Amino acid sequence: MAMKFEKTGEGKYMLDVCGYVCPHPQIYCKKSIEKMAEGEVLNMVFDNPSSGETIKQMLDQAGHELVEEKKEGSKIIFVIKKG
Amino acid sequence: MEERKNQIWAFIITGALILISLIYYQVNPYYMYLIAYIWFGFAYGMMLQYGRFCFASASRDLFAAGVPRMAVGILVALIFFSFIQAILAATNMSTFHPAPFGIHTLISGLIFGVGMVLSGGCASGSLYKIGEGNGTSFLAAFFGLCIGQAVFVNVKWFNFLIPQKWFDAAVVKAAARDIPMEKVTSSFDMYLAGYIWGRPTVQLSHTEVAQQALPGVSRYFVADMLINAMIPAALLLIVIYAVWMRKGFIKKRAKAKGGATGFGDDIAGIWSMITASKRTTLMGVIIGITAGLHILVMKGMQIKFGIGNFGELLTRMGHDADNGIKGTVFDPGYWYITSQEGQLGGWILDKLGWNMRDNIFFGVNNGLPDPWRNPALWMSFGIIFGAMVMARLNNEFKFKLPKGELIAWGLMGGILMGVGSRPALGCNIGAFFIRVAGGDPSGWLYGTGMVGGAFLGVKFFNWWTERKMAKEMEAF
Repeated sequence: MAMKFEKTGEGKYMLDVCGYVCPHPQIYCKKSIEKMAEGEVLNMVFDNPSSGETIKQMLDQAGHELVEEKKEGSKIIFVIKKG
Repeated sequence: MEERKNQIWAFIITGALILISLIYYQVNPYYMYLIAYIWFGFAYGMMLQYGRFCFASASRDLFAAGVPRMAVGILVALIFFSFIQAILAATNMSTFHPAPFGIHTLISGLIFGVGMVLSGGCASGSLYKIGEGNGTSFLAAFFGLCIGQAVFVNVKWFNFLIPQKWFDAAVVKAAARDIPMEKVTSSFDMYLAGYIWGRPTVQLSHTEVAQQALPGVSRYFVADMLINAMIPAALLLIVIYAVWMRKGFIKKRAKAKGGATGFGDDIAGIWSMITASKRTTLMGVIIGITAGLHILVMKGMQIKFGIGNFGELLTRMGHDADNGIKGTVFDPGYWYITSQEGQLGGWILDKLGWNMRDNIFFGVNNGLPDPWRNPALWMSFGIIFGAMVMARLNNEFKFKLPKGELIAWGLMGGILMGVGSRPALGCNIGAFFIRVAGGDPSGWLYGTGMVGGAFLGVKFFNWWTERKMAKEMEAF
């Protein structure tokens, strides 16, 4: 198991923290967004439901946009646009 | 298909617990006492999972992500719980008892706080996450809270930390309580008998000042509820808003209004913070009320059976070997985690041939009952199964085996939680939540230590994750 943070295209990033439990997904999400520029998009994949609630509030407070939220089996995918 | 399977599992688990309850009742109606623990545990588990309710995330998410969701949820729960606690105390229906006060509470909280951040969940948080299929939480609970805690209370490894005066005092205190010295052997026994038993307990409603100034039962509502719980909780909500939320909220508000903001906007900001995560806040309210009802039901059971401890019922049923030498088993009478996990660990080690009965913790106070007759342990099982049912119903259940670094964090965090919960005689629930709501200021001391420990744990994880991010970013 390893976390992955990759640049997948111009202004697009992917963070995969499947297998990780609290607090890792929220910390990695925050740090990934810090590394990005305004308007860039992060696809975040995780499978720890407890982290989702915290991440949503973190995005709202910091002014980032949760563009899309979907579930694929037990995986949760957040598409986040940095504000 | 997956959804259907999850629903079937939820029904199977609930049905199995109903069947177990009926069997217990059929064996002996005295087991109603134990059945009450099962179903309150089940209710806690469902609520904790639904509200993502974990004390670890309260301070951790504040420091790591600036998110106050869980801290708000806990403070809301505390406000409601303290109100019910005051009613119960006023009607002589409370099972609450204050804890010995001292610096040990702060130190314990600090150790526990680091542990809960490393392992990813507090004591009850780890249990509900086991119900979600989380293997890291299982490692933390089994090796830390169960085995680690049992070993900690039974060994002499820490004698070098015990001052001679504690050894001397332990002999005197044990004799005064008719405890044979062969039951006072471990380092923890010397700490308990030599130090803890000499510490004062404080409950605000029982202080001389409160008894003189506040007539009748009003002292429970003013001293315990308002002064010890509600006012500090409300002040903390204001501090959290001012430090973490105000700047962003007022900026948004000013932009929307196109002008200056005032006091009314700050009130709106505090309300917005409280309602930001409706499921967490709602669960905070319901958990607070349920925790109060739990006390009421357990007290009612004690009155019904004419007992003060479940050990008396075990004796009546012929299971007196389950009890400590005082005829008692661990029976908190309210929401409490950790001691029962220690009992499970002690029971396992005892069965493997390690004598775990010659110490105060198991041998005198809490007993070492078979797990199926351990009331508080059934509450913990109830939490796991309640969370499992809720996770199944929401399609959030998944077995996740701990891998890589999570094994290390789970083990280290679990052991720190196990060790951190013992010297304060409780964890985030027993030493913080219950005590604060019951009017015991030592709860705040534990909470302060816990927040400090969480801060250190977050500092460590920030450093660790930053290293890993830098490595990932070498590629672009």
